[in-house]
Amino acid sequence: MATSVTAQNLVRAPATVDPTLRRPARSLWSDAFRQFRRHRLAMFGVFTFSLLLVATLLGPVIYRAPTDLIDYSAGLLSPSLEHPFGTDDLGRDLLARVLIGGRVSMAVGVAAVVIAITMGTLIGSVAGFFGGRIDTVLMRLTDLFLALPVLPLLLMVTYLFRDPMRKAFGPEVGIFILIVSVIGMLNWMPLSRLVRAAFLSIKQKEFVEAARCVGASNRRLMANHILPNTLSAVIVAATVGVGQAIITESSLSFLGLGFPPDVPTWGRLLYDAQNYLDLAPHWAIFPGLLIFLTVLSINYIGDGLRDALDPRKTQ
Amino acid sequence: MSRYLIRRVLTALPTLLLISFVLYAVISLAPGDPLSQFAANPAVPPEVRENIRHSLGLDDPWPIRYVKWLVALAHGDWGYSFASRIPVWDLIKLRVPNTLAVVGVAYLFALIIAIPIGILSAVKQYSIFDHVATTLAFIGFSIPTFFTGLLLIIFLSVKLQWLPFIYDSTLQVRDLASLGAQIKQSIMPIVVLGLFQTATFVRYTRASMLENLPQDYVRTARAKGLAESIVINRHVVRNSLIPVVTLIALTAPTIFSGALITEQIFRVPGIGSLLITSIQNNDIPVIMAITFTFSFLVVVFNAVADMAYGVLDPRIRYD
Repeated sequence: MATSVTAQNLVRAPATVDPTLRRPARSLWSDAFRQFRRHRLAMFGVFTFSLLLVATLLGPVIYRAPTDLIDYSAGLLSPSLEHPFGTDDLGRDLLARVLIGGRVSMAVGVAAVVIAITMGTLIGSVAGFFGGRIDTVLMRLTDLFLALPVLPLLLMVTYLFRDPMRKAFGPEVGIFILIVSVIGMLNWMPLSRLVRAAFLSIKQKEFVEAARCVGASNRRLMANHILPNTLSAVIVAATVGVGQAIITESSLSFLGLGFPPDVPTWGRLLYDAQNYLDLAPHWAIFPGLLIFLTVLSINYIGDGLRDALDPRKTQ
Repeated sequence: MSRYLIRRVLTALPTLLLISFVLYAVISLAPGDPLSQFAANPAVPPEVRENIRHSLGLDDPWPIRYVKWLVALAHGDWGYSFASRIPVWDLIKLRVPNTLAVVGVAYLFALIIAIPIGILSAVKQYSIFDHVATTLAFIGFSIPTFFTGLLLIIFLSVKLQWLPFIYDSTLQVRDLASLGAQIKQSIMPIVVLGLFQTATFVRYTRASMLENLPQDYVRTARAKGLAESIVINRHVVRNSLIPVVTLIALTAPTIFSGALITEQIFRVPGIGSLLITSIQNNDIPVIMAITFTFSFLVVVFNAVADMAYGVLDPRIRYD
């Protein structure tokens, strides 16, 4: 292009750049960020999710109603000024319980995703980078996990192993570790396939060859040269994964197989509420609405990230 | 094609074997005891309990029990349920119709509704219809089924008292009145499941259509002077539905496993609720039968999906 003389080039006046027009250099990440900022629904997602996050983190510090004060005279009250979200059958304040429960639900979502992402990236990158027999074995393993019935297995493992875990780590921490690790270990497969596919195509590129010529070790090639190029897929999968993990944990708790009754996760609150739908619909509506809003905002963020990080979509 | 099929079957067998082993190991290594119901019952003395244990074949270490289970399965015998003392397969046959009536119908409805919506939404991208459809799809896909289920019960059963919230599986359809009752009790579970399925299919169909619409062959078809309806229906839709067909094949096995949560909310006695009670009772033969059949269907339908892809898209070759 540089040597071709077009009509435009001939006509154009010698360029003098006005220093006020000079902009700071634009990196890929800042481009993606600008793109993301323009995605209105994603911004709605960021706003709602931050609100929920702040509410669950700081809420219990500011709103100091006790979560486990039993008061039968105040049972099943509809929302009022004193109890903004109403009370449950034992007269416990639901707003306080929802806020505390939200911490657990969010923590489960994030921790499970960290496990799933770590496993998926590790397995996918090793399989894609080394290829050959390692790849075959790891991909067979991925296929095997994909064919496992995830939700039934999840139910089985949490139901059958809850007692030993409870004894080993205490009722709350034990169940937390159990649920988080099981959700994490049953959800890494799609990401590992994505990362492997990305590794397969990227490792053929010239810049990888160049790095290898300079003497970069395999570890360095994988971590510093190839992995950063798969990050967009990992980030999107991680975001959407948090929402999925929150739904999974709530499903378990909703089936009565999640956290013990004294840990009011959102799913557990719904489980307890389902027998009082006629007398106290607010008991089910508030935690359900919070799960829905959390997952919806996370999915919108994921959608925005997918658009922003897709190089084909930049204008 | 047939060589590919044979290779597929040959790789599927060890996978299934390994899955059955993993499943059996997980259930057996768990600390629960299938006879724990009797342990709490003072009317059953320990000797009797040991006899029952012996008669159920629970004396052997679990790897031996696994081999026995596998050998029996090879002869088509799924064993007896510990909890209800009838052959596992009879138990499952009892539950399948309920699951099909709810989950299967919801799945069908979702397909019938979702594909036209997805197509229209892509053809009229950024129109009001598209905005409404994608927003609803996003909501349907983010809202957990247990919340939609409870919301419907609160509004349609508790407040308006239009629909019953417990599914009565003893209801027999004999006349118009009982048919009406059957429809009434099926509406909520079908809507709950259908909403989620529809949302997934709409998103998928729309995305696939949008990928095909700007392609050269579409421009060629238009340049030939074909009517827009023919361009869309004959050319774009056909090509766009290929990945949708794959998705259908991949998600079809979930019809069998039932909808664990929806069945639980509306008390539908289907496969999903059978699985939950079996897990709670440590009823190993039933758990194994349901989970293994599900895995089997997943593996089979995976192969079907790959093969359907090859049939529908001649560019893909198997060798």
